[in-house]
Amino acid sequence: MKQKKLRISYYALLLTILFSTLSTQFAYAQDDVPTDDEVNEVAKGLYCPVCENTPLDVCPTEACKQWRDVIRTQLAEGKTREEIEQYFVDYYGDRVLAEPPRTGLNWLVYILPPVVILLGAVLLFKNFQAWTKPKVVESVSNQERSASSSSDKYISQLEEELKKRN
Amino acid sequence: MSEIVQRKSVPIWIQMVVWLLIAGLLALVASTLSKRQQGSIRPGDTLPDFSIALFSGYEFEGQSEVSLSDFAGKIVVLNFWASWCKPCEQEAAELEEAWRFYNGDVMFLGADYVDTEPEARTYLKKFQITYPNGPDLRTELSQMFRITGVPETYFIDQQGVLYYIKVGPFLSLDEIKSIIEQKLQ
Repeated sequence: MKQKKLRISYYALLLTILFSTLSTQFAYAQDDVPTDDEVNEVAKGLYCPVCENTPLDVCPTEACKQWRDVIRTQLAEGKTREEIEQYFVDYYGDRVLAEPPRTGLNWLVYILPPVVILLGAVLLFKNFQAWTKPKVVESVSNQERSASSSSDKYISQLEEELKKRN
Repeated sequence: MSEIVQRKSVPIWIQMVVWLLIAGLLALVASTLSKRQQGSIRPGDTLPDFSIALFSGYEFEGQSEVSLSDFAGKIVVLNFWASWCKPCEQEAAELEEAWRFYNGDVMFLGADYVDTEPEARTYLKKFQITYPNGPDLRTELSQMFRITGVPETYFIDQQGVLYYIKVGPFLSLDEIKSIIEQKLQ
């Protein structure tokens, strides 16, 4: 009886050791698989051309799912974010990038907005300055003044004539 | 008595630079818009020569890249597809059947649009496709044809003139044959 109990406890111990070893190995194996967060970190910098304006990390289509699987595989192979992005650019073109590469005409995207904002700020500043300064009376030449006074006379004469008609 | 005040004017060279910059920007926007509005390639258009890299195992006579000019004198059927595209599956078998039927007299080319290679290969195996197939690298080919989606098939005659566009899947082998026969006679 005692021997039987010993044998059972012996097997139980053996099984415990076996399971703990297996679970440790399983945990190590899992560590090599990139997590969804790691995949999405790379995916959010990419856009699939099929689903325009939807970042890859939140895109629900089958094509995007496949792309995320490619990212997962490449991360597991030890590739960096830049290397993965380059792979996608080589395969699908620049338009998959969330940020256009800083080359050629793409520079306009980066340069124009700050330049326009700066110009706008300068214009606003100048206008505000003009508003706070005392109003400048524009010079009026004598000729113009006499022309306007003569036109005033004409208008008043015209108004009088109209009144008479009424 | 009114006061005479002289306002400082912006130097003429600055004005010219600003106007030149605005004109340049407008010209750039105009050229980009006109390029975009050129529209898709239409039947009757002579196609510029294009090339497509082929998947290994799907090369043409040992060539890993083929051009339209390689098939001068033959009808070329260019099919855009993707493994994630369900309607593409409806016509996959018919396209392969048509390729086998014409036995090389008509050239079939498959352009895999925005796809991943492992899934594309699984698709090609699943439908036992044997005609030359390759990825639409950098989506250059689909942009050139300005495809509206997949599947889409372009029929090019012996002189390199596009004569028919099929948007969506073929319903039967006869449909493919009837389009090809228009130019085979």
